[in-house]
Amino acid sequence: MNKYAERLYNGLIKENPTFVLMLGMCPTLAVTTSAINGIGMGLSTTVVLILSNMLISMLRKIIPDSVRMPAFIVVVASFVTMVQFLMEGFVPSLYDSLGIYIPLIVVNCIILGRAESYASKNPVLLSVFDGIGMGLGFTVGLTSIGIVRELIGSGKVFGFSILPASYEPISIFILAPGAFFVLAILTAVQNKVKAGKQNQVQKTEERGCSFNCASCGNKTGCKEQED
Amino acid sequence: MNEKLNISSSPHVRDKMTTNKIMLYVLIGLLPATIFGIYNFRNEHAWILVVVTTFTAVLSEYLYERLMHKPITIGDLSAAVTGLLLALNLPPTLPVWMGALGSVFAIVVVKQLFGGLGQNFMNPALAARCFLLISFTGRMTYFVYDGITGATPLAKLKAGETINTFDMMVGTIRGTIGETSMFAIILGACFLLLMGVIDLRIPGTYIVTFVIFISIFGGQGFDPSFITAHLCGGGLMLGAWFMATDYVTSPITKTGQIVYGVCLGVLTGLFRLFGGSAEGVSYAIIISNLLVPLIEKMTLPKPFGKGGERV
Repeated sequence: MNKYAERLYNGLIKENPTFVLMLGMCPTLAVTTSAINGIGMGLSTTVVLILSNMLISMLRKIIPDSVRMPAFIVVVASFVTMVQFLMEGFVPSLYDSLGIYIPLIVVNCIILGRAESYASKNPVLLSVFDGIGMGLGFTVGLTSIGIVRELIGSGKVFGFSILPASYEPISIFILAPGAFFVLAILTAVQNKVKAGKQNQVQKTEERGCSFNCASCGNKTGCKEQED
Repeated sequence: MNEKLNISSSPHVRDKMTTNKIMLYVLIGLLPATIFGIYNFRNEHAWILVVVTTFTAVLSEYLYERLMHKPITIGDLSAAVTGLLLALNLPPTLPVWMGALGSVFAIVVVKQLFGGLGQNFMNPALAARCFLLISFTGRMTYFVYDGITGATPLAKLKAGETINTFDMMVGTIRGTIGETSMFAIILGACFLLLMGVIDLRIPGTYIVTFVIFISIFGGQGFDPSFITAHLCGGGLMLGAWFMATDYVTSPITKTGQIVYGVCLGVLTGLFRLFGGSAEGVSYAIIISNLLVPLIEKMTLPKPFGKGGERV
């Protein structure tokens, strides 16, 4: 895998900011009441993340180490302000529903985290891809939480009614507690999927067999048989 | 001789009381309220909701433990108690699937995900009731008695209307399935007291604190009919005797139990008198459940010989 694709894979799956790094929980829990809000929040964060990663990576040799945090904040805040004005002008309904969480992108720990741990140490193009990967990972996380919450909490997905009218929405899912339930369950599911894969690989590597005990000829001598 | 001198680790004194037995006694204690509720709401077919909710609780405990390859613990009856308590906390007109959903939530999310019986940090039945109350507010506050829809006596009391206190004691009023009859609940509670399953400490301090609180802040002074109405209305009796006394979610220490009772009384009074809705017992209990670890830490007794001033 080339290093650019590796960055995308890293952001989307291996170090997904929502389900693995658990960063940016505040917008994750607060705005994902519907799928459209999730995708809007995710994409606006992505845009800011790409641009800030790019600029910070460009400036990484100029910014003195002792004042890097204020410098990062200034960079991020300027992009957030631009995104905020653009959203207010072109997608006012989304702007209204996201509300205070747009300016709060400035202090989103994903953005500062990537600036600190990646963009300030790596070349520009790689940092941009890192931003794309992380941003899309965040978007996927928020959108999937939003879809589940909207589906259970109001019977719709992206505003279209999916479930029949006789379905009585479980409205706790579009309130604050629902965000915690859905986040926890989705994280558990993806951990389960990943853990399954990793265990299989690990066991195969450790023992040099494909862990197929039933049809194994060496069963009697094997100490690590499946329980 | 050898056996007599054998030193074994604690516990040295064993009691014949088992979890299974306690839960059975609680179920028996709940019977009067259940039977009265089913009879009282016979026009609404409350028995279906009670049966389905209880059965779903047991079934979901079984399925969860089966799927997670854990020992099956439905035999200790705790799931049945949770299911029945939840059913008694639901209005009789609630669609059956909502009761079942509440049971699944109580058992899987509140109890099993935190480690099963003894590990849950709040009362599963009440947490499920609050889950349903937030999710289906309209359905959960829709009360019918004898085919007539209307406000519960407690809501009327809050609105300043007159109410019949005698009906409230007998239980021929609107409300959830198991909470209406004070007599039936007290009957079951007396059984539990006699059997030594619960003691008076928590329910006693709860009720006394609550009475003091509403006499001071209720605006009616020590008016017996006002106080009786508050005691008989809503889930106070059911909550005080059967849910606040849950072993898992109440303090172990004796001082702690008194602190806990006072907390419950004050919170219930606050919610009922100053809160938005007329009822607040379930929220009071689950909030106090959350305070339990703190209360226990504060009231931990000092071992003999420790804690004194060194001379």
